[in-house]
Amino acid sequence: MHLTSEEVRHVAELAKLRLSEQELALYAGQLSAILEYAERLQQVETSCVAPTPYVLPLVNVWAEDLPAPSLPNELATANAPDREDGFFRVRAVFEE
Amino acid sequence: MSKALYELTLHAAWAALQRGDFSAVELTQSLLDRIAQVDGQVNAYLTVTAELALAQAAAADDRRSRGETAPLLGIPLAVKDVLCTEGVRTTCGSRILEHFIPPYTATAVHRLAAAGMVLLGKTNTDEFAMGSSTENSGYFPTHNPWDLARVPGGSSGGSGAAVAAQMAMAALGSDTGGSVRLPASYCGVVGLKPSYGRVSRYGLVAYGSSLDQIGVLAKDVRDAALLLGVIAGQDPHDSTTMPAPVPPYSQLLSEDVRGLRIGLPDEYFVEGLQPEVNAAVQAAIDVLAGLGAEVVRISLPNTDKALPVYYLVATAEASANLARFDGVRYGFSADSANILDNYRDSRGQGFGAEVKRRIMLGTYVLSAGYYDAYYLKAQQVRTLIKQDFESAFTQVDLIASPVAPTTAFRLGEKVDDPLAMYLSDLFTIPLNLAGMCGISVPCGFDAQGLPIGLQLMGPHLGEATLLRAAHAYEQATPWHSRWA
Repeated sequence: MHLTSEEVRHVAELAKLRLSEQELALYAGQLSAILEYAERLQQVETSCVAPTPYVLPLVNVWAEDLPAPSLPNELATANAPDREDGFFRVRAVFEE
Repeated sequence: MSKALYELTLHAAWAALQRGDFSAVELTQSLLDRIAQVDGQVNAYLTVTAELALAQAAAADDRRSRGETAPLLGIPLAVKDVLCTEGVRTTCGSRILEHFIPPYTATAVHRLAAAGMVLLGKTNTDEFAMGSSTENSGYFPTHNPWDLARVPGGSSGGSGAAVAAQMAMAALGSDTGGSVRLPASYCGVVGLKPSYGRVSRYGLVAYGSSLDQIGVLAKDVRDAALLLGVIAGQDPHDSTTMPAPVPPYSQLLSEDVRGLRIGLPDEYFVEGLQPEVNAAVQAAIDVLAGLGAEVVRISLPNTDKALPVYYLVATAEASANLARFDGVRYGFSADSANILDNYRDSRGQGFGAEVKRRIMLGTYVLSAGYYDAYYLKAQQVRTLIKQDFESAFTQVDLIASPVAPTTAFRLGEKVDDPLAMYLSDLFTIPLNLAGMCGISVPCGFDAQGLPIGLQLMGPHLGEATLLRAAHAYEQATPWHSRWA
């Protein structure tokens, strides 16, 4: 298993991470080594094994639908890098 | 020679406060002085809340003078900086959250506060709890109090070092793949990882949501049991908390392990184990046998698959969880022209190397064409690992092993080799995949004077038996009374 720098670039874009050329090269090597190590799982017979996404026996945990105060707008937006009139301000979404 | 106040165990300090031997303000000042004296070398704290602590201590003294009491009234504790604290900066060891002030408090911290704790500050961690040495902190590495050239373990290395250097009576940590037990072992303190669902994760900044669990680092088993009793239990804010009642753990401790069956998994006593670690753990098992436990050999045949399963499952979950850091709602925001570049630049500049590596790996294994081969496969093998434990716990009550293959390694020794770093968690990771409980208890020192940890593991919600056995072992040995 060896990741090409094109594959690494594609994954970085999926993850919305801006990486330098050096980082792309470093991660191509390191991720390849980790995935190669993970190859040992392919030898395990699992055709009749259900996956475990979650270990608890709990299903459908219901809560009473009770009205309660929510976080005030001022607090909820207090950590925003940029805000206006109680809203989060973002950079341009559409070009031009 | 009388002890300084900071040297007391939590339960001894609480009893002394009740008797009026000293005040919570005096106790807190003693801890703050200790921090001022040694943290310049150890670097366990990211934030020390001295003023707040003294105000909380004064309030505790005031409550006690009015005849009130509470399980932690006036006890100074530290909290790992991945747990939200309203009004107190919470960084997760990341530059992306350098100025983040949470608008709410994590349930576990809230329960400590309701029980009367004094908050000393927030402890250092590998960035977003991703690491085994605390060297991945975006701020500075923490040093092991037993040897400042060595790591304290991670990711709760700040909490482990703070307790070991007696800069906190106890501390909260979090354990996704061993992040409470490893620093406890490397720093020579007690580290308890409760069962998944035992402690609310509300307000714990998420790393691997199906694995994360809040735990405690303490000076002895009794203190750990007391703290678990305070933080455990169902929480309406976390639907993955178990409705099972919380036993009075600290009252169920005894020195009796007669008839308890303890399993030794063949797969944990292998080549590559540091000989002194092997010898100390074998000696610990002899002590438990001498106390009347029945020791049997068992097998957990899928142990060698746990590490690759973990690094596929945990990183997949991390890549989804860390998508929330977008430079818009909170945290660092880069100066970019449009929204997409703002996402890319804020995340590219805000996250450190290990976090980016794990986001990349997780994104890759979840991406089209690789999901079945990696992520689904890992979840299927996870089932086999969980079944290993379920089957073992039909034969034995507890499982004993080393916490880690070696004692604390040197700072810088493994930073360039992620896979070598990941191997430190070989013996702690399987338990997180199975969702069961475990504890690290000091069981000796190597030739260089570095602490060694014994790991005891129990079934889901088996904390009472786990703590009883750990307490019995601890009381029969001198290790918990030695300090760095």
